[in-house]
Amino acid sequence: MNNLKKKIIRIITHIVLLIFVIIAVYPVLQVITISLRPSDKLLSTSLEIIPENATLKSYVSLFTEQPFLLWLRNSAFVSFCVTITGILLASMAGYAFSRFNFIGKKIGLLSLLVTQMFPATMLLLPLYLMLIYLGLINTYLGIIITYSATALPFCVWTMKGYYDTIPTSLEEAARIDGCNQFQAFYRVVIPLAAPALVITGLFSFMTAWAEYIVAAQILQDSSLWTLPLGLKSFEANMSTEWGLYGAASIIVMIPVVIIFLLSSRWLVSGLTLGSVKG
Amino acid sequence: MNRFYKNILIFTFTAPAFLILIGVVFYPFIYNLVISFSNMNLRHITDWKLIGFQQYIKVFTEPTQPGFYGIFIKTIIWTFVNVFFHVVIGVFLALLLNQKIAGKSVYRTLLILPWAIPQYIVALTWRGMFNYEYGSINLIITKYLNLPAIEWLKNPTEAFLACILTNVWLGFPFMMIVALGALQSIPDELYEAANIDGASWYQKLKNITLPLIRPVMIPAITLGVVWTFNNLNIIWLVSNGGEPSDSTHILVSFVYKAAFNLYRYGYAAALSMVIFVILLFFSLIFMKKSRATEAAY
Repeated sequence: MNNLKKKIIRIITHIVLLIFVIIAVYPVLQVITISLRPSDKLLSTSLEIIPENATLKSYVSLFTEQPFLLWLRNSAFVSFCVTITGILLASMAGYAFSRFNFIGKKIGLLSLLVTQMFPATMLLLPLYLMLIYLGLINTYLGIIITYSATALPFCVWTMKGYYDTIPTSLEEAARIDGCNQFQAFYRVVIPLAAPALVITGLFSFMTAWAEYIVAAQILQDSSLWTLPLGLKSFEANMSTEWGLYGAASIIVMIPVVIIFLLSSRWLVSGLTLGSVKG
Repeated sequence: MNRFYKNILIFTFTAPAFLILIGVVFYPFIYNLVISFSNMNLRHITDWKLIGFQQYIKVFTEPTQPGFYGIFIKTIIWTFVNVFFHVVIGVFLALLLNQKIAGKSVYRTLLILPWAIPQYIVALTWRGMFNYEYGSINLIITKYLNLPAIEWLKNPTEAFLACILTNVWLGFPFMMIVALGALQSIPDELYEAANIDGASWYQKLKNITLPLIRPVMIPAITLGVVWTFNNLNIIWLVSNGGEPSDSTHILVSFVYKAAFNLYRYGYAAALSMVIFVILLFFSLIFMKKSRATEAAY
């Protein structure tokens, strides 16, 4: 009897999970469908996943007729720089906040939290005026610094929270073995903090890879466009180029989804939001 | 450790991050504060002057269409509904995934998907799905449920609902992952002890699970509220800049429009400050309240 009950509960669990999986995956399938539709059937009332006369034409024209490779290269470059900057700065700042007591520590941590409350629009206008003044409009330096700053507060908090869970006795042991504090940091602590580093990298990468609104203000020269700007341009006119848009979306999603899937194991253990105590 | 050496280490570790933040976040913040007291707009872009609190007075009294209070209430509804469903769905799925079931990692992987997709793609895709004639949502409603099609993007209420549906879909995986991490850190012995005492699943949920994931969920919820309150992407792209006729705005999208479509810089700066202060007060009170009750456990 008890076994039967358990079995029923298990089946219901699977059904519920399956329903949510369908909800989570369906919009993605939708984009795939759009990208495969032949150009004369873009507006279709069919609900099939693989459309009639499916074709890869949109993908081909994306690479041959559109500057898609350029956008891809631009986005990859910007995202790479932001990810490296994010990991480097957050792993160091987080360590100092976790291990040492110093004047301004509490204020520093609080100010990181407060930055999350700034509406994007509040910084965008002054930043825009400032970048004009510094001559950094239409440069990658301007946008890389902006994205890094956007991602940093969350990343520093995540790193600090994770370092807090690593016992200091490990570093003390390393110090006894002759390491100085800095060596103890990068030889002992950094390898142990891998899950949090993965999150930090992922978050920084996503900030740069998927951002539209800041990019739209800073990168006005279309030869500098990143993927979001390029994709939006398919939608900008009266008639949306849904085929191109779908194909481009799929290609943009692939690297992010792969990174997420590879790191989903780390995601669960790396997000230590619990340790907010100063 | 040598004190001098320690201070150098602290400085070199924190200075780069804070230099960037000062340049890109804190300095613009001060700049914004100054602009909010000025008459800067398209006509006065370089020859602006300080005019005191006039822009703030305008924020609260100007009869814009829609007015400040209407948008404010809508923003609260938007934030509350979104975060509520993010947390409920997220924790619910985390509880399901935290059992010994077949295919657990496959489920988890697929359920993270909405988080992995860039927001602007999510927004534009859902906008397409809400299309009256060709969108799959109306097709499903009419074909399988035999209900009349809904004009999702043409009516204010439905358009706002469409934005909420999109954002709920997009936000639950984050809460799920945070909750899953918290659930995994609860020691099994607690449940074993509860089983020996003959506790029901509801008692275990109420007395063990929820109190123990609470310290992790509170900061996540605070962040969730702040991020949702400030989520410009979804509203802006799903409703195409507040359509129909500016009726779907929340505060941030309204400011965005004031600044970058209407070039009312001083006004936008003042409204931005108001948003910031609202969020600051909310966070302080929420964190304080939740910490105060934490002592009860």
